[in-house]
Amino acid sequence: MRHLMSPMDFSVEELERLFDLAASIEQNPAKYAHACEGRILATCFYEPSTRTRLSFESAMTKLGGQVIGFSDAGSSSASKGESVSDTIRVISCYADICAMRHPKEGAPMVAAEKSLIPVINAGDGGHQHPTQTLTDLLTIRSLKGKLGGFTIGLCGDLKFGRTVHSLIKALVRYPDIRFIFISPEELKIPDYITDMLKSKNIAYEEVIRLEQVMPQLDLLYMTRVQKERFFNEEDYIRLKDFYILDKAKMELAGKDMLVLHPLPRVNEISVELDDDPRAAYFRQAKYGVYVRMALILTLLEITV
Amino acid sequence: MLNVGKIEEGFVLDHIKAGKSLSLYEHLQLDKLDCTVAIIKNARSNKMGKKDILKVECDIDMLDLDVLAFIDHNITVNVIKNGEIVAKKDLVLPPKIRNVIKCRNPRCITSIEQELPHIFVLADEDKEIYRCQYCEEKYSESAKAL
Repeated sequence: MRHLMSPMDFSVEELERLFDLAASIEQNPAKYAHACEGRILATCFYEPSTRTRLSFESAMTKLGGQVIGFSDAGSSSASKGESVSDTIRVISCYADICAMRHPKEGAPMVAAEKSLIPVINAGDGGHQHPTQTLTDLLTIRSLKGKLGGFTIGLCGDLKFGRTVHSLIKALVRYPDIRFIFISPEELKIPDYITDMLKSKNIAYEEVIRLEQVMPQLDLLYMTRVQKERFFNEEDYIRLKDFYILDKAKMELAGKDMLVLHPLPRVNEISVELDDDPRAAYFRQAKYGVYVRMALILTLLEITV
Repeated sequence: MLNVGKIEEGFVLDHIKAGKSLSLYEHLQLDKLDCTVAIIKNARSNKMGKKDILKVECDIDMLDLDVLAFIDHNITVNVIKNGEIVAKKDLVLPPKIRNVIKCRNPRCITSIEQELPHIFVLADEDKEIYRCQYCEEKYSESAKAL
């Protein structure tokens, strides 16, 4: 039995198989519509995350399975003081697979240690959110046709953004990728990431302004720059517009460049870009369902 | 110079960083053993300038070498029988340590679930970096022992 705790749990070859399956589901959803009939997914969400939870529920429903669960700790036994280990032992009796989100880092791993059913980490605090990374990789592979051989710009809060760190770690396993990190000084990518890139001889560049690198990018991964991350409001006001993607900046980009965003967006991508064919962030949400469908099938060892 | 006599049976931990012998005494839980223990602090050393030494009169199997290696793998472990050194044990960094150090990350699941063991995994052998198995927080010297 396998669990998914981190995007690195799967080898590149295993990911290829997962993405092939996701692509097959996308092309022929009817073939998989009854694949999980009689199976139950438990969504154990100790903190609210509507998007991720609905994405899992949608995935299981599209596979013909059923969903049970809770959407915040208040409506679970955690409010009575039950441990994660005890909860998963009980959930193992009710369901065939579990997606767990928890505000505490490592909670899904604690669950996996005691679980009788596969556990998927659906986000544990600021630590891991592997299904987001799998979504990002599948989106890139599906829309670019390959993983590797491109320049990707990562923009915004690169210091605290776990989706960004996770995506970089996953991408370094693919050939010929160049990274451009676009962030204010205060939110620069951590040293341990740049050290890792140096040790692997992977090209990267760090810049402060988005528009200066737009023409070089094949992909742009946007994240939000939050006001509370800055030491003073003056710096925030001075810098915030550098990290808002608008029509003027998009005019500098190539015609095949794609914009990704883990969502929710606040104001870092202007709504006027939503109809631009290069804006891929809503399609990305759709790939999130396909990849979760493929993941559920893989962990339940169901072949169609 | 102070003289501490030879031990007949047991082990001598030599080349302990000066001042570290007491914390080593605690980590190895030597206080729980009913045997003779000599703690020598600030002994003169050609190699280190000053060093600490621990002499313990008990069987070597009573010693948790993993804990010792985690604390300082440069410590020399001499096994004594009949008053003579009969073996030297090499210390290698253990791949995993359990309930020796505590994860201090307030966001870690171990911070709210008290019964969970505190397990640290060797993440980088060259840099001697251990990380919490659950939250991957790096262990730092400032983190207190359990």
